[in-house]
Amino acid sequence: MPSNAPTASLLAVLVVGLVLVAALLMSVGRFLPRRFADLAAMGAALAAGGGEVVMLPSALKDRLVYWMAGWEPSGGRTVGIALVGDGLSVGIALLAAVLMLAALTFSWRYFASDSTHFHGLMILFLAGMTGFVFAGDVFTMFVFFELMGVAAYALTGLKSEDPTALHGAINFGIVNSLAAYISLTGVALMYAHTGSLNLAALSVELSGDRSPLVAVTFVLVCTGFLVKGAVSPFHFWLDDAHAVAPSPVCVLFSGVMVELGLYGTARLYWAVFSDTGVASAGQVLFGALGVLTAAMGTVMCFLQRHIKRLLAYSTIAHMGVFMIALGSASGSALAGLAVYALGHAMVKGALFLLSGIILDRYGSVDEFTLQGRGRDAPWLGAAYLVAALALAGTPPFGVGLGKGLTEHALTDAGTVWATVLMIAVSAVTAGAVLRVGARIFLGLGPPPAGLEEAGMSGDEEKIEVSIGRDRVPLSMSGPVAALLGAGLVLGAAPGLSANAEAAAVQFMDRSGYVGAVLGGAVLPVSPAGTAGGWDAPSIVWGFVTATLALGLAAVAVYRHRVPAGARRVLAIAVPALRVLRRTHSGRAGDYVVWMVLGVAACGAVVLV
Amino acid sequence: MTYYAYFVAGAVMLLGIAGLATSRNLVHAVVCLSVAQSATYILLIAVGYQSGAVAPIFGAQTGRDTPVVDPVVQALALTDIVVSAAVTSMLLALVVQMAKRRRVVDPDHLGPLEG
Repeated sequence: MPSNAPTASLLAVLVVGLVLVAALLMSVGRFLPRRFADLAAMGAALAAGGGEVVMLPSALKDRLVYWMAGWEPSGGRTVGIALVGDGLSVGIALLAAVLMLAALTFSWRYFASDSTHFHGLMILFLAGMTGFVFAGDVFTMFVFFELMGVAAYALTGLKSEDPTALHGAINFGIVNSLAAYISLTGVALMYAHTGSLNLAALSVELSGDRSPLVAVTFVLVCTGFLVKGAVSPFHFWLDDAHAVAPSPVCVLFSGVMVELGLYGTARLYWAVFSDTGVASAGQVLFGALGVLTAAMGTVMCFLQRHIKRLLAYSTIAHMGVFMIALGSASGSALAGLAVYALGHAMVKGALFLLSGIILDRYGSVDEFTLQGRGRDAPWLGAAYLVAALALAGTPPFGVGLGKGLTEHALTDAGTVWATVLMIAVSAVTAGAVLRVGARIFLGLGPPPAGLEEAGMSGDEEKIEVSIGRDRVPLSMSGPVAALLGAGLVLGAAPGLSANAEAAAVQFMDRSGYVGAVLGGAVLPVSPAGTAGGWDAPSIVWGFVTATLALGLAAVAVYRHRVPAGARRVLAIAVPALRVLRRTHSGRAGDYVVWMVLGVAACGAVVLV
Repeated sequence: MTYYAYFVAGAVMLLGIAGLATSRNLVHAVVCLSVAQSATYILLIAVGYQSGAVAPIFGAQTGRDTPVVDPVVQALALTDIVVSAAVTSMLLALVVQMAKRRRVVDPDHLGPLEG
């Protein structure tokens, strides 16, 4: 692509630049004042975001391809490492940079310590995520996947004086690294089968291949990404890690890192495997995993009392919904999914930052301990409840727009059950978040009892800061307001859904990808179809979901007033819920067993 | 004969996973993770192996027509070893911290992270 070569070289500049800044911060950070590290990290995130804003329009029009050190393909053979930026990958990198900026601003005053490890690790984490989305070959994907993983393990265990934080980080590290090695096994088998690592070259080699080996490699390579994407039964690490990681770090975990797992799966599927023997089985697999994940995440979400753990399960439930949309393999569902994930990142990020403010102010993130304590902070409560309603998909927030677009596409694809499931997931998870808000900020309901009470308490959380600040500093309330505002603006942004549609069509266009990377005739991307926006059904269903969420929250808070007959019906489910809760045992060994079973089951689905 | 290395790689991976699943000590678990990763080294090197081929260093004795083993997988294995060093040291550091704080390295006695 000579025409956009200067823009394409920005891909390499960003990835390498971020790695260098991270290396610099971590090596000489200890000799620098804390504020300098703050500014350097924020500057790096800002520069990365700026570069991505510059690249986004041309990437949407025409894929950006950069060959490291000029090792271009010759005669269809590739040896060099390619970086590829299309609308979706540049968009995700931009999202990561924006969330990083919000998290770094929030931590300006949030962390009391003068340590600069945090800043170096955060930028290393951003470098890993940016490299991962731009990687044009499977091995580079693995390397950046691990880079992002190592930074994430360290960030999870940042409060090294807190044993639960260490425990969460160890579980996260063991499960994710083992999954990455299983992926690497798949990469090696793929290389043995084809002699290529580049995604485009693999796509050409595997086109029309129906051998069982292709199915095996597909499952093995996807394992790593599905684990990162917290798809059930690979999700167990996520709630442990989110419950203990510092709140600003959770913003990035929930908002973009987990989504990157699904991005990796989708990228592999559409760039490499969509023309092989696993094409249709892969869709079935995505749909089945999506339903399982959505159900598991939703039920577990409602049973939590630890706010961050509750939000983590809500993320898992949303990942299930996203998987179902991937499984439908329709361009408009993917476009809706992109908008949905964007809106979700903003709102979930705001909720995690709010949980950080709650911890800072009251010294706990436990729903029951804090009952009624939040009545002295009306603004905090208002922001929390608005974010909870936005999570349900209330218009005019971006979550609602994405949810509406996805539901529309799924209904058009003939899967009405998926639309119903989406509404149920949104209503129940947002209902759980609202229930917490009603107890803490409005002081509603009696002291709790029963199954909910048995959950992990949020009192044990070690404090990252001196608690009991009277006023929330602007550097902490500002990012919350900015993220909520962004969630609101996304719902009204003109052209967002049209651009998402164009990015989705570009993403799913396998021959266009191959042509752009290996050279050759590139067919112009077909103009986007009828790009939807807000229409009457999506507004109505958005409000219906929000009403359902409010109703569920009310039932949960005033459970003692529910007629005894109805309560007895609900009590039947209690033993099953206890078993479900016990599967989340907090032991890495158990999670490894679940992962092996999951890989075997996925293999069975794809091979049979 | 050629399948032997693949068999060994699979067996080592499964042994590592089995060790992880039944581990009663976090240091042991991290080492089991390294064992599982060693399987990927064996697999990668086996993929590039050719009977009778020499190392891919072209010099006076190695010409254009001399069979050499595949250098790409060797580069991958080398990168993989670097990744392993980073992951293993990171996890061991976390385990050391855990042993310091709670004086426990048995994953069954770590505490309340469940539900």
